[in-house]
Amino acid sequence: MSTSELMTGAEIVLKALADQGVQHVFGYPGGAVLPIYDEIFQQEKVKHILVRHEQGATHAAEGYARSTGKCGVVLVTSGPGATNAVTGLTDALLDSIPMVCITGQVPTHLIGNDAFQECDTVGITRPCTKHNWLVKDVNDLARILHEAFYVATHGRPGPVVVDIPKDVQFAKGRYVGPKNIEHKTYRPRVKPDQTAVKAAIDLIATAKRPLLYTGGGVINSGPTASKLLRDFVKLTGIPITSTLMGLGAYPASGEKWLGMLGMHGTYEANMAMHDCDVMINIGARFDDRITGRIDAFSPGSKKIHVDIDPSSINKTVRSDIPVIGDVAHVLEDMIRLWKAAGHKLDQKALHAWSKQIETWKARDCLRYRPNKDVIMPQYAVQRLYELTKDMDTYITTEVGQHQMWAAQFYKFEEPNRWMTSGGLGTMGYGLPAAVGVQMAHPKSLVIDIAGDASVLMTMQEMSTAVQHRLPIKIFILNNQYMGMVRQWQQLLHGNRLSESYTEALPDFVKLAEAYGCAGIRATKPHELDAAIKEMIKTPHPVIFDCRVANLANCFPMIPSGKAHNEMLLGEDVADEDVGNVIDAKGRELV
Amino acid sequence: MNAHLAATGSAYFLDTTKKEVETHTLAVIVDNEPGVLARVIGLFSGRGYNIDSLTVSETEHNKHVSRITIVTTGTPQVITQIIHQLDRMVPVHSVADLTVQGSSITRELAMVKVAGTGEKRVEALRLADAFRARVIDAGTTSFIFELTGKSDKVEQFISLMVPLGLVEVARTGVAGISRGPEGMKV
Ligand SMILES: Cc1ncc(C[n+]2csc(CCOP(=O)(O)OP(=O)(O)O)c2C)c(N)n1
Repeated sequence: MSTSELMTGAEIVLKALADQGVQHVFGYPGGAVLPIYDEIFQQEKVKHILVRHEQGATHAAEGYARSTGKCGVVLVTSGPGATNAVTGLTDALLDSIPMVCITGQVPTHLIGNDAFQECDTVGITRPCTKHNWLVKDVNDLARILHEAFYVATHGRPGPVVVDIPKDVQFAKGRYVGPKNIEHKTYRPRVKPDQTAVKAAIDLIATAKRPLLYTGGGVINSGPTASKLLRDFVKLTGIPITSTLMGLGAYPASGEKWLGMLGMHGTYEANMAMHDCDVMINIGARFDDRITGRIDAFSPGSKKIHVDIDPSSINKTVRSDIPVIGDVAHVLEDMIRLWKAAGHKLDQKALHAWSKQIETWKARDCLRYRPNKDVIMPQYAVQRLYELTKDMDTYITTEVGQHQMWAAQFYKFEEPNRWMTSGGLGTMGYGLPAAVGVQMAHPKSLVIDIAGDASVLMTMQEMSTAVQHRLPIKIFILNNQYMGMVRQWQQLLHGNRLSESYTEALPDFVKLAEAYGCAGIRATKPHELDAAIKEMIKTPHPVIFDCRVANLANCFPMIPSGKAHNEMLLGEDVADEDVGNVIDAKGRELV
Repeated sequence: MNAHLAATGSAYFLDTTKKEVETHTLAVIVDNEPGVLARVIGLFSGRGYNIDSLTVSETEHNKHVSRITIVTTGTPQVITQIIHQLDRMVPVHSVADLTVQGSSITRELAMVKVAGTGEKRVEALRLADAFRARVIDAGTTSFIFELTGKSDKVEQFISLMVPLGLVEVARTGVAGISRGPEGMKV
């Protein structure tokens, strides 16, 4: 089609998506997007995945994006369609996930009239998107859509909304292609300042107890960044820990790996954070779940902070050497300058540092009391890992204890294999995220490590999985409690378990059957392996009801009011004492 | 070290030190597109920053570019955050901290209505003259003065008018620009 020909707004939407290379759109129809759905019906390039709730569409797009590095795309109707998408947009904003969400809007002349299914979508989504647009003229539509993809995927990635009134979808206008469409002025910096990189390298070279603290920024930067990170570790011999969002950038089997850090991170990672003398933060943001008390956070270290977003620098923790840029570019320069300068760390000091770390590792902080009669949740994740590690596996999670156990006990060797809601902590993320991941990787094994409470928040997407033949596996660590809430109530509120027990949970096996997929249950440790194997070989979606110990707590933990070097290890606390580890003031504030 | 930080017994901490706050004037060049002002204001309310004064107007019509001048108070760290947070917004072209740049000029305009007769009326006129305020409306019992100047001059004039029959005040808020030949990046 020649570009001078006029097209309807709806045609422009589909053409723009196709030209952007979009293959999958997660969505749900309604009055204000019917013209676009009519176009979807009449073309084959873009496949639409019908979800069961718009929140599901957003999390599916997140899982899709996170597992592929591509931009996730969502299509929803006006009013309730848009408001249902708000949770996923906020989730994507906090975890820096690229997403374009197209919302229908009532016709332009009705905007502001409290029309049927009208809401102020750009107003509501302004604080939960990186940017948003209301398209009032069909001749702006193509440009705005291409700009939207540009903004979502450049710089620190994030969600954007394009709100398209129904009359604009019908109106005819000119189409322009994506070539040369950036944004008028938005130009995030990707290449770092060389003097900053040089200063960083020179500081690292003087370190006696260096530590790499990496985050989701490494994953977002792409596979090259992970590769360069591994090269840098190899080159320098610096030990490495990561946030929840950064797992997989450095392999868990790697020699220098300390495990995850933070509130439920490993003892060795947190102790190393506390005692290091040079901290190299790459693509992480000093989140409060990582730092604990800021005043006691790594008091003796000089800090290098690499981030693509200047507003992350000095936000909570002062950094001595900020480096603004994309992680892959920065690491490339760091490696080049390190080699050029002929730097080598003080080997004696590094050796002593490794020895120190070994003694912390020897505490074996993830140890738990094994049980012959009940499945311990940690054991369940360990078995799941052992039985799936040699397969092409992707893991998503919900939010709660199971999420932390998954992060602690499932070992990630590669980036983009781990999808979890870190920043917003959205229960109900994992199941629809698995739908998105499976869509992108139809042949892979996609498992949602779930909690019984979380999974009920978006359970309806099982129906999506069945419809689209997505053989996702929902592995529920069923403790019948909102375990993480119960644990905090035990720690902070005298074990008064206010509303954290879920009465009348469904029979998950029957529920699976009702959805037309397979249900599997394991209640005893000795049944577990066979049941997991059965799940893996089932070619359909599966809900796995793994009955685990009801009252297990997630350790280690940096309790309220404590610093990194005052972690609570599981072995330290008998269940009766758990309630006494946090003082009264701390209870007010966590 | 860090003795000023209260031991709250929490993962979050309370910083009890009284940090010096500073007042800064920021100039922000933005695309004049729908919602841009809401975006800027939403940033301030959403993140708990202060706005002491805010003015906005399109300054380059052919490019649809507006200039926003914001006067804000905060610790140096917060001021830096505000600048970075503004700068990363998609429709923001550039941000300048006029206070840090030092040699810049800020002005605001006020219209001040004063009602009174006799001695008070004469005194109001005399003070207006001293402040170089112009009379832009006059009746037998009231005046409206127009005054341009730095905010503290405007403040001072208004407080002097209170005993002389101040009725109401309309102020534009602060506009600012840096001295010298260079302009802001548009
Ligand atoms: C949408 C939402 N609502 C509430 C919370 C608060 N919350 C955090 S963890 C949790 C309990 C999760 O329980 P479950 O899914 O059973 O997981 P478990 O902790 O037992 O592993 C709750 C209610 C949340 N994170 N998200």
